[in-house]
Amino acid sequence: MTHRGSRVLHVGSLSRVEGEGALHLSVSGTAVTSARLQIYEPPRFFEAFLRGRAHTEPPDITARVCGICPVAYQLSACAAIEDACDVEVPDPIRELRRLLYCGEWIESQTLHIYLLHAPDFLGRDGAIDLARTHRADVERGLRLKQAGNAILELLGGRAIHPVNVRVGGFHRAPTRAELQPLAEQLRRAMDDALATVHWAAGFEFPDAHCPYDLLALSEPGRYAIDTGTPTVLTEQSDAVRQFALTDFTDEVVEEQVPHSTALHATLRGRRHLTGSLARFAINRRSLSPIALQAATEAGLSGECRNPFRSILVRAVEVVYAVDEALRVIAAYEPPARPFVEVPPRAGVGHGATEAPRGLLYHRYALAADGTVTDARLVPPTAQNQGAIEEDLRRIAETALAGRATAGVGGAADTGTVDDAALTLLCERAIRNHDPCISCSTHFLDLTVDRAPLP
Amino acid sequence: MDRTERRDHAERAAPTLAVFKLASCDGCQLTLLDCEDELLALTGTVRVAHFLEASSAVRPGPYDLALVEGSITTPADAERIRAIRASARHLVTIGACATAGGIQALRDFADVDEFRRTVYARPDYIETLATSTPVSAHVDVDFELRGCPIDRRQLLEVLTAFLAGRKPDVPNHSVCFACKRRGTVCVTVARGTPCLGPVTHAGCGAICPAYGRGCYGCFGPAGTVNLSALIPVLHRDGLDDRDTERLLRTFNAAAFAPYDKEVRP
Ligand code: SF4
Ligand code: SF4
Repeated sequence: MTHRGSRVLHVGSLSRVEGEGALHLSVSGTAVTSARLQIYEPPRFFEAFLRGRAHTEPPDITARVCGICPVAYQLSACAAIEDACDVEVPDPIRELRRLLYCGEWIESQTLHIYLLHAPDFLGRDGAIDLARTHRADVERGLRLKQAGNAILELLGGRAIHPVNVRVGGFHRAPTRAELQPLAEQLRRAMDDALATVHWAAGFEFPDAHCPYDLLALSEPGRYAIDTGTPTVLTEQSDAVRQFALTDFTDEVVEEQVPHSTALHATLRGRRHLTGSLARFAINRRSLSPIALQAATEAGLSGECRNPFRSILVRAVEVVYAVDEALRVIAAYEPPARPFVEVPPRAGVGHGATEAPRGLLYHRYALAADGTVTDARLVPPTAQNQGAIEEDLRRIAETALAGRATAGVGGAADTGTVDDAALTLLCERAIRNHDPCISCSTHFLDLTVDRAPLP
Repeated sequence: MDRTERRDHAERAAPTLAVFKLASCDGCQLTLLDCEDELLALTGTVRVAHFLEASSAVRPGPYDLALVEGSITTPADAERIRAIRASARHLVTIGACATAGGIQALRDFADVDEFRRTVYARPDYIETLATSTPVSAHVDVDFELRGCPIDRRQLLEVLTAFLAGRKPDVPNHSVCFACKRRGTVCVTVARGTPCLGPVTHAGCGAICPAYGRGCYGCFGPAGTVNLSALIPVLHRDGLDDRDTERLLRTFNAAAFAPYDKEVRP
């Protein structure tokens, strides 16, 4: 098939992502006139049924938005409700939350690296297929993922939808002795995490550049995970701009588009990206020495705007999370009580944390007795959708023009990239960011409309 | 046969596994990927023929075993589940969504149009059913595995059982039994913490009481549910009617509802 003429093309299903979606490309010659990522994951209406629930319930309930990053939902919910009730949790509890979140980062980012993303670079269908040729690598990935899950299981009770998180802290805090076996497992995981960076650095990366504003939380002295101030690095300058969390929905504006059940968010009309690339660009100076060194050795000296290289950034973040988890465990003193009371009061609270795939914002309005009267959740996927569409447009256009698209396959070199190659490339572009489609509301049907050349 | 041929042959002979997703959070299918120690051994004995979260290689059915996660919330999914059933020799639902409608079944007790208007500025773009129903409300199901999310050990038991052609050994008793086995002091007796353990299906290993909180029913109703005995205890432990209703109406709202209706019509 050629890229000339008008036609509609349906291709398979988007795999190795979380959720269901389709992609619609309109092509005229070598120009992509529109790229629409359509999410048709059925809506589940969390914001609606949170109303009327008690202020103690959103952590358990919103965990069910996403099985891949439940801790992100639990801790953003806790932060927002504690803000509404004007309660600050003491440092030992904050540190335990950070440890739990490190567990989710290790587990979720490793899942993304080994099971969803790496097979793209090695020409494989998935990790099971990859294990035939790269068994030791896949085993290393599973071991590393297991170390993340071990944190979640010990601290949270289980890896998916942990039960031990509550508003104000934890139901039960671990003893120092309980954390020791975890420290041993994490020390071994550090070798696996460093080997992962080294392994991924050997992949072949297509050229690409994402010209968007980047949004991540940032805090002094350490890489933001569980708390921080929203920080924007604009496309053109090194200058960063911060805004107050209370202004979040004025700055990050969600709009509904007809083709998707996920809302689209922009930074007041400007396309932005959140997630590993944004965090690394904004916060890399706050990485721990070992993570910073791993980044440098992998060729990540400054900010990275090549979405294909996000796998490397993610691997560096896993090194950081392992290192940080070890630090928290080494310094751990059990809190006097595992939680502080959070008496309800009427008010509005805001909370944001860095989910593995990007900034996750929650806002709740509470009545005096703690009943939730309004809830707003802004997941990373809603924010990244616009940037992903723009990525898809650029990458498809590059491929159609037969330019630098290493690893695309098909007939890219002759300027007539075929549909199978185009689909593969588009899927890769999405997996670079890995939209947690279930967050928003999995599966890619690629439709290409090709207009006749004038 | 050379090695590749032998491998291809062995693979063709291996039973095929497919994993499908409807309205859900992906947590239950992720449980399969969380079987880190067993994953590679498992994929040596079954052929994963359809599992979008894990592989872009998709082979057409029929499949020997299909796992289905998620509930039916759209007209399209109601159609899809029939096609899935037709392609599967055995169909097993995994998780509270697929076996009880999940958290999204809270719409069954509300006005879905109002939900639509709350979340979306243009509700007319959104196609959805007024209910969130379990897979069994639409097609025959061979086995239902409970939990939000399911338990990894139970999932492995179900997979092994279906591969061996036997019935899965998944007991019907309540979380209380598991608590006793684990040696956890009862949170209700010792501290007056409200707990759904007596009416909740075992499977999680009684995690919540071990972490000092009451069970919130994420595995749905146990084989026998005696709500008329439990509700006075919940009241004694400080829950009013509204709290009790909320506790029963969360991740398995539609499954607990009939029992609740018997007691508090
Ligand atoms: S049952 Fe719970 S864990 Fe499983 S998919 Fe549904 S919401 Fe997620
Ligand atoms: S104790 Fe109850 S709520 Fe907790 S994990 Fe087990 S079944 Fe779920």
